[in-house]
Amino acid sequence: MTETAAKADSANAKTMTILVSKGSLDWAYPPFILGTTAAAMGVKVNMFFTFYGLGLLLKDLDLQVSPLGNPAMKMPMMGMHIGLPNLAAALPGCEAAASVMMKNLIKRKGVASIPELREAAVEADITLIGCQMTMDLFEYTRDDMIPGIEIGGAATFMEKALKSDISLFI
Amino acid sequence: MADQTLDAKGLSCPLPILRTKKALKDVPAGGTLEVLATDPGSVADMAAFCRTTGNELVESGQDKDVFRFVIRNRG
Repeated sequence: MTETAAKADSANAKTMTILVSKGSLDWAYPPFILGTTAAAMGVKVNMFFTFYGLGLLLKDLDLQVSPLGNPAMKMPMMGMHIGLPNLAAALPGCEAAASVMMKNLIKRKGVASIPELREAAVEADITLIGCQMTMDLFEYTRDDMIPGIEIGGAATFMEKALKSDISLFI
Repeated sequence: MADQTLDAKGLSCPLPILRTKKALKDVPAGGTLEVLATDPGSVADMAAFCRTTGNELVESGQDKDVFRFVIRNRG
């Protein structure tokens, strides 16, 4: 892109602000996929991470997915789609096993990993904002988080959301 | 013949679009980028990406399992 076009692009850019409130492996996908794709389409993106979503900004990501209370989770196996009843899903080790299975499936199907999408978000200059209240609540410091993020509260989110063309709660 | 080629085969949404955006940065204005993908969703998505970003989708075709797109950089 030429410099003039890049300037015009940023001046005309639409804005999207996403509130990311969940931090399990499955819930991490929608905000990162939409955020990175929007950025690739010339949209200025802000992502505000609060409550369990804050974990997605930690340096060390160890995302899990639970089949417990998740009746829609049916994995393709042996030509079928198999879910787990809660009674079985509650057994020790089940969540870890399901998470490993999901990560293997993701890899096998050529779906990006969350660390990969988060890296793409950073590269695309998406503004990543960690919620101060959540950091205090769960006892995290800035050193626990990836570098380059901003810290803010509800008013920070509102200021950005009010100026956005699209605002999502995920 | 396109000026540059991007192999996005085997990648799922949104990677073909993210890689396309990245690759277009190295294509001069007016130049073309050929993208190869196996994600069936890329047919609709590449068209939507081009319409939104103002780049021109010159060609969109399929050869067996591989989708081929040619995009002219209107940067």
